[in-house]
Amino acid sequence: MTGTKADWPLYEVFVRPRRGLNHVHVGSLHASDDRMALLAARDLYTRRNEGVSLWVVRSDAITASAPDEQDPFFAPSGDKVYRHPTFYDIPEDVPHI
Amino acid sequence: MSASQMVDQPLEGHFETVVAAEQRIEPRDWMPDAYRATLVRQIAQHAHSEIIGMQPEGNWLTRAPSLRRKAILLAKAQDEAGHGLYLYAAAETLGVDRAELTEKLVSGRQKYSSIFNYPTLTFADVGVIGWLVDGAAICNQVPLCRCSYGPYARAMVRICKEESFHQRQGYELLMTLMRGTDAQRRMVQDAVDRWWWPSLMMFGPPDDDSPNTAQSMAWRIKRHTNDELRQRFVDMTVPQAQHLGVTLPDPALNWNEDRGSWDFGEPDWSELKQVIKGQGPCNAQRVERRRAAHEDGAWVREAAVAYAAKRRAEGDLAAGGSAADEHAADEPKGKDEPKEKGTGR
Repeated sequence: MTGTKADWPLYEVFVRPRRGLNHVHVGSLHASDDRMALLAARDLYTRRNEGVSLWVVRSDAITASAPDEQDPFFAPSGDKVYRHPTFYDIPEDVPHI
Repeated sequence: MSASQMVDQPLEGHFETVVAAEQRIEPRDWMPDAYRATLVRQIAQHAHSEIIGMQPEGNWLTRAPSLRRKAILLAKAQDEAGHGLYLYAAAETLGVDRAELTEKLVSGRQKYSSIFNYPTLTFADVGVIGWLVDGAAICNQVPLCRCSYGPYARAMVRICKEESFHQRQGYELLMTLMRGTDAQRRMVQDAVDRWWWPSLMMFGPPDDDSPNTAQSMAWRIKRHTNDELRQRFVDMTVPQAQHLGVTLPDPALNWNEDRGSWDFGEPDWSELKQVIKGQGPCNAQRVERRRAAHEDGAWVREAAVAYAAKRRAEGDLAAGGSAADEHAADEPKGKDEPKEKGTGR
């Protein structure tokens, strides 16, 4: 019996739902090459007009951060409350700010 | 306490906290082995059900009474294939391989829903499958959209959106037949008589005979017991049957004012056990058909691989329409301090 995992690489699929929106990750699939991945992604993820543009990218081409959300990798943004507009006290009667 | 248990303790604490907070477990998170095993079993069984589920209705594709019905049925079968793929992809995030799952299906080591082991004798069966079988599936699947395992929950969201079409096309098909001749109405009633009890069995054994339910509910994989879901299905379906003008084949069916629910009879659990054990009317046929389809399709898969290898050898890497240009304009390229390869989705 022919396998799929060994022969067919895994692709991640991204769909742009309509103009003006980002491509969003919707899932994954196995395909023999890039073109087949694109065709399969169309058949699998856009059967009901879900998108106007598709990206497929081999999963092994993606570089990712570590899975743990407590990861110190994200620490630099944790203590910079001054990056948020609510950090600043502005009197109520100052308009449009 | 073993050494591995000691190592797992803080991880297990984190896992429990995430689950209790109604957050989702994602593929690369630590999870208990039994949680992983339960999910693999359930998702694989679910995926197999979608794939095998194409067969009973597939029998009618070439004999649909109009082009409209044929197009609808074809779209539905294609959806089931898609649902199977979403679910195999979700299972693969747990470290199993789709080819291995297919092998387990065709060798009978993994199960699929008992319902697909019943034959589709008339075209009314197509309608009743949409109405009752897909209706029961929706009852089962809507709570799974909140399953604690992220990839499974996301797959279920997609599936549930599409199932609604399946149920409605079935009900509409039956309404059309009910407006037809006496013979057509008898055909609908006959199909309802045959599919009602197997549909109730889709929710699994009764709660006092369902040993895994408590653990699955504690892990928030499952949200309701089998009997709760079965009751919900009966309560939803009885008014639909009345509107359609068919009789559900259960003399014990009776509105219970106190409970605000329908009382109903006990399904024949020995029949369910027989079908699960492989003694149903169509078990052997379904698995054999799946095996044959897989093996007959082997040359297509092999050809695709050979073609990809040839293109690679020719140095033509951009085999498809490349998104690279758009990508460069849209996305920041640099990623700081890459930590690990692979997303685990």
